[in-house]
Amino acid sequence: MNEAERLIELIPRLRRYARALVGDRASADDLVQDTLERAWAKLHLYRRGTDLRAWLFTLMHNVHVNKVRATRVTDTLEDELPELAQRASQGDALLLRDLDRAIARLPSEQRAVLLLVTLEEMSYEEVARALGIPIGTVMSRLSRAREKLRMMMLGQGAAAKLKVVR
Amino acid sequence: MSTEPAVTEADLQAYADARLGAERSAEVESWLAAHPEEAERVAAYRRLGEALRAAYDPVLAEPVPQQLEGAAKPRPSARRIASIAGWIALGAVLGALSGWEAHDWRRPAGGPLAEGAAMARRAAIAHATYSPEVRHPVEVGADQEQHLVAWLSKRVGVNVRAPKLDEAGMTLVGGRLLPGESGPVALFMYQSAAGRRLTLYIRAEAKGQRETAFRYARENNVSVFYWIDRDCGYAISSADLSKDELLRIATLVYKQLES
Repeated sequence: MNEAERLIELIPRLRRYARALVGDRASADDLVQDTLERAWAKLHLYRRGTDLRAWLFTLMHNVHVNKVRATRVTDTLEDELPELAQRASQGDALLLRDLDRAIARLPSEQRAVLLLVTLEEMSYEEVARALGIPIGTVMSRLSRAREKLRMMMLGQGAAAKLKVVR
Repeated sequence: MSTEPAVTEADLQAYADARLGAERSAEVESWLAAHPEEAERVAAYRRLGEALRAAYDPVLAEPVPQQLEGAAKPRPSARRIASIAGWIALGAVLGALSGWEAHDWRRPAGGPLAEGAAMARRAAIAHATYSPEVRHPVEVGADQEQHLVAWLSKRVGVNVRAPKLDEAGMTLVGGRLLPGESGPVALFMYQSAAGRRLTLYIRAEAKGQRETAFRYARENNVSVFYWIDRDCGYAISSADLSKDELLRIATLVYKQLES
């Protein structure tokens, strides 16, 4: 199987990660598309025999970071807990709509680590390589991301309605 | 307490991800048995993982949109205008964007309209490339405006001016020189107090070029108004301003440069 075929084969995984990373379907697919175009343009830089998936996720990460920078979206919510947390606690039956929103509230670098570990099931070493950060940073981001989400979940009321992911 | 194995936060994360070896996993488990609050926290992390997978795994089963498959192939589909990020990447790699454009967009030969549209695309690319820059948005800053204008005029080969857009709330950041299809191009950048940016792209036109009306193009998320007036082609681009706002500013630029 050549690289182009493997690229195509990996599209669903890129889409899954992108959907969780940016939230809505259109922006997520834009991100995937930009990543694929970039991948094609840079395919000569890809070293055969190395992990194409990791290489693609690195590309996607870079494209995403540049996009975020371009639209000057800032993670102002970084260390704040959302108002959700103040509602009465009904356990952590987290519902999808709220999961979307809760993930969106994470600082993007924590979100990336959590999603690569949880959805892509990358090893911590692979995540470190894909994002170009030390493994200790992977672990601390993972821990912070989870704890923030957990706090949001605890704060969530039972009133939230179920909504299928976009 | 001193006999307890040291369980780190990293251990707990790895335990939540089921990535510990059997032995270490058993140690963490017995530690958790003695620390119910931590055990609950780790259990919540596991449920969170399940919730994430339940929420996003269905994306794997969705049919892949055709344009994405197209993007994974050697040539972008001619029907879809590739996104600007894609252009930049491709442009950098191919180093010959004009040839690629000519191939894929089948630009009708000649004529101010087609020329203008090609200029609008280049202006949008320039905008997308430089406007996100935080540290180096321009080569020469507005503090050296006289030098900037003299330099760009000399290189572009026509008298360029940086219009005053204060009444639109935009101030000059500075400018830079860019390669164009038929020679150097001037790019001025403006910014509002809120950090919204626009760029004005000015290139020399062949002698005898007719005037054109304002034309509008939208490339990815960049709005462009462009026109040709005597010996210059102009394109004003912004990803931050609405079409109407940009049109008002384009009108302002036109009036100033005409006088």
